[in-house]
Amino acid sequence: MAKEFEPNIIGFLCNWCSYAGADLAGTSRIKYPPNIKSIRVMCSGRVDTVFILEALRKGADGVLIAGCHPGDCHYQSGNYKTNRRIRLLKKFLNDMGVEPERVRFEYVSASEGQKFAQVVTDFVNQLKKLGPTPLKEIA
Amino acid sequence: MTKEKKKSEAKKKLQLAFYWAASCGGCEIAVLDIDEKILDVIGIADILFWPVAMDFKYKDVEAMKDKQIDVCFFNGSIRTEEQEHIAKLLRKKSKFMVAFGACAVNGGIPGLANVANREEVFRVAYLDNPSTDNPKKIVPKTSVKVKEGTLTLPEFYDTVKTLDQTVDVDYYLPGCPPTPDQIMTAVGAIVENKLPPKGSIIGPMKSVCDECRFEKTEKKIKEIKRVYEVDKIEEKCLLEQGIICLGPATRGGCSARCLDANMPCTGCGGPTPNSLDQGAKMISALASILGIEGEEKMSDEEVQKLIDQVVDPIGTFYKYGLPSALINRRVMKK
Ligand code: SF4
Ligand code: SF4
Ligand code: SF4
Ligand code: FES
Repeated sequence: MAKEFEPNIIGFLCNWCSYAGADLAGTSRIKYPPNIKSIRVMCSGRVDTVFILEALRKGADGVLIAGCHPGDCHYQSGNYKTNRRIRLLKKFLNDMGVEPERVRFEYVSASEGQKFAQVVTDFVNQLKKLGPTPLKEIA
Repeated sequence: MTKEKKKSEAKKKLQLAFYWAASCGGCEIAVLDIDEKILDVIGIADILFWPVAMDFKYKDVEAMKDKQIDVCFFNGSIRTEEQEHIAKLLRKKSKFMVAFGACAVNGGIPGLANVANREEVFRVAYLDNPSTDNPKKIVPKTSVKVKEGTLTLPEFYDTVKTLDQTVDVDYYLPGCPPTPDQIMTAVGAIVENKLPPKGSIIGPMKSVCDECRFEKTEKKIKEIKRVYEVDKIEEKCLLEQGIICLGPATRGGCSARCLDANMPCTGCGGPTPNSLDQGAKMISALASILGIEGEEKMSDEEVQKLIDQVVDPIGTFYKYGLPSALINRRVMKK
């Protein structure tokens, strides 16, 4: 039997909420698929669009950016900025024939271990439907 | 003067070559734009190959010794088999290969064709174009038999490449086209043997904003405007007036010449030093300042509306550099 496609996800998690949320999911032993490789950043606003493009270019099937809920950013406005950046980046990706759903921005607080697990599970399922990244094949 | 001496003096002259690949010809004009300084160049250099201005044949190049050309200035991107072949040939025959102009450096305007492939390009150019009369629906083929024999054309590739995606490049001279000053800086560096390390971009380590005359204050914009929608350009940063200006994401060296004409920078200088992707940098910069006021009260729908004012992200952020971008061509549906 052919092995089921397992998407490769890069996660950029904000230190102050989402990374702690992911930690909580771990310490609370909440199960979620192991497809995500997490990178801790100080704020979702630190996630340059270049990081996302590079992750995709190097073969990631999906990129998750998670930050504090609106109003909760440790640096006040990083998450608002990220929300706009990712929307603009998705427009570009769409025009380039790359499914914009491969990039996902979510708010996850330090106490939302359950939500983090849910977000990753949903994302993995969504990417399984989309299939492997088409970017491995471009010149 | 003895014949020997004359020969050795002549030998000291720089041996130059110029070539154009997928190019608009503007870079060739730019060489002539150095005006009377061209005479200085001729005084110190011999031109061994320059198809646009002098009659040479490819076989003349083939007959040269390896590295016989000191410096080859190569403009245009690579989109056909012929261009690739000549790039490789000139590489072999040249000591230094200089990618001249945005097309050779980053893919340039022809590189925007990476949103399509050969089939789509041919369809638009030879079949669907309203001004095209082609009842037999003829599109170029690499070879066709006629009664006199077989005619051939070079292969037209699906993807446009930069020069350094094709051959090893020693120096880069960005700009669409490079300015006369930039060209003379490069020529001067070659003549005086003061070349920077191999792989260098001949240009300053700063952005267009650093060379721009407009005053910069706090960057925040509520809406994006096209140039024609602005009645009167104010004496302040265009980006702050809502006009998308690629200055922050673009390497300087052009003295911000578009801004001098009250036009925004569209990015021909390529990415700023140490930046991997010019378009991504501009996406970050623009999204950071667009709708910053009252952002905490904005709904996602309102945010999306703001972002949707950017109608053509590829053409806006990657006008001169799609082939060298991290994602360098559109994924074609199978
Ligand atoms: S860089 Fe600009 S001027 Fe030079 S060939 Fe390309 S389009 Fe023309
Ligand atoms: S964004 Fe444009 S107008 Fe503003 S300072 Fe930079 S180059 Fe000048
Ligand atoms: S201002 Fe921008 S677009 Fe104009 S010449 Fe300079 S780099 Fe090129
Ligand atoms: S600190 Fe968490 S999004 Fe800014």
